[in-house]
Amino acid sequence: METPTGTMPLAVNMGIELGAITALTGPSGAGKTTLLRQIAGLAKPNTGIISYGEKYWLDTPNGINITPQKRDIGFVFQDYALFPHLTVQENLEFALDKNQDKSIITTILSEIDLVSMAHRKPIQLSGGQQQRVALARALVRKPPLLLLDEPLSALDFEMRNSMQELLLRLHSQFQFTMIIVTHDLAEIFRLAKTVIQLDQGKVVASGSPQEVYTKISTEREPFLVIGKAISIQIFAEHILVQALVDYKIVSLQLPLLWKNKLSIGQTFSIQFTLENPEITLLN
Amino acid sequence: MNENMDWQPLWLTFKLASITSVLLLFFAIPVAYWLAFGKFKGRGIVEALIGMPLVLPPSVIGFYLLLAFSPSYIFGSWIEANLGFRLVFSFPGLVIASLIYSFPFMVYPIRAGLQSIPHSLHEASYTLGKSKTETFFKVLLPNIKPALLTAFVLTFAHTVGEFGVVLMIGGNIPGVTKVASVAIYNEVEALNYGVANQYALILFASTFAILLIVYSINNRLLRVRQGA
Repeated sequence: METPTGTMPLAVNMGIELGAITALTGPSGAGKTTLLRQIAGLAKPNTGIISYGEKYWLDTPNGINITPQKRDIGFVFQDYALFPHLTVQENLEFALDKNQDKSIITTILSEIDLVSMAHRKPIQLSGGQQQRVALARALVRKPPLLLLDEPLSALDFEMRNSMQELLLRLHSQFQFTMIIVTHDLAEIFRLAKTVIQLDQGKVVASGSPQEVYTKISTEREPFLVIGKAISIQIFAEHILVQALVDYKIVSLQLPLLWKNKLSIGQTFSIQFTLENPEITLLN
Repeated sequence: MNENMDWQPLWLTFKLASITSVLLLFFAIPVAYWLAFGKFKGRGIVEALIGMPLVLPPSVIGFYLLLAFSPSYIFGSWIEANLGFRLVFSFPGLVIASLIYSFPFMVYPIRAGLQSIPHSLHEASYTLGKSKTETFFKVLLPNIKPALLTAFVLTFAHTVGEFGVVLMIGGNIPGVTKVASVAIYNEVEALNYGVANQYALILFASTFAILLIVYSINNRLLRVRQGA
């Protein structure tokens, strides 16, 4: 694998559960994106075997290398990669297969809540809207495998939250297998059934997020933060608290039961044990 | 207008420039694509060869083309034997010379345009099941419209301004190879400064108008793209 600092061996042996969401994580330069691109057929490893179900997409010993066009995948790029000369609607229509029914465009547009933006060009959309179009475009062909390369990294907390909800909803609706590259712990816990952690081109941990991160956290001291609640928003299933920790604003999503316990101006502490953060009121 | 003014050189100039630019557009696009994305050895040599007309004195290009086109040498005699016409001192000869002379002006802007398209756009198209050819026509070409326009106009203007090459291989045959730049030179030599000035002024005004139109169109295209 070519990196900015030279060549690094990328040697990975892993299986992905069909129909589930798998997170690929690790420090930058660990090989996450390269691995994802190799699965998509956008990059080719020197040697290797990639199979999906019964089909071999890559089998270098036997000279098999299926092109990305024929791998039945959807790919969401970090920079969205929307076609600037096409409108939202045209971007989605571009993805249609030759004989595919056009009605899916309308369905997906309403699913991502962008019907009113259908005739705008990508440049006229916000980052979050562009992200939704990129996701929708990748789903037009109903690919059995959806690959996402740090799709939410450029979005703010609120947008990230609603994109995660959208991803979960689309996943349960379309039932695709999904591999997402992400750095974000909250995202991994919220979305992924399995997490695969890479470092220096190798798998260093894999399993459910609980298994992977409890193991890591027991090796370290749990950490404690003290914050002061400065705003509380109440939603149907959770509350969103903005807290002042040192000089930074931290957003916390808490279970609904905290709605009546916590009020603005109150100081509280959170001890992170990753699986169940423990919150204590201090005044 | 002065009665000594002959419109034919101007007409010939614009005919030559139009034919050259249209033909080059078709030749240059595949070459630009190949230079932008192709993986091959000896790229440096190819690039240097294409860029030669930018730096070489036109008379040098003209000299070698004169030799090549001349029926006393292999290429010229082959053309004459097989296609039945002579390239030297003829309009088709001028077109071929202009194609070579203006080639970099068409290839370079198109190549730069192609290279400026983020690679993820190609890849997005591939992952959506589209072939390289489809990607080229539906994604790449529509996104390099300003570059295509710039390349076309630069080529056109450069061909209008051609002098040395034309003089070497075309000479000065009225209605066949006597283009405006050569006509200006002739009139000055004959001390007809008034007529020379008319040709020069028309060339000056028309090239200025063309460039003005192109840059305003380009600015509009850019603004549309930026969504303003």
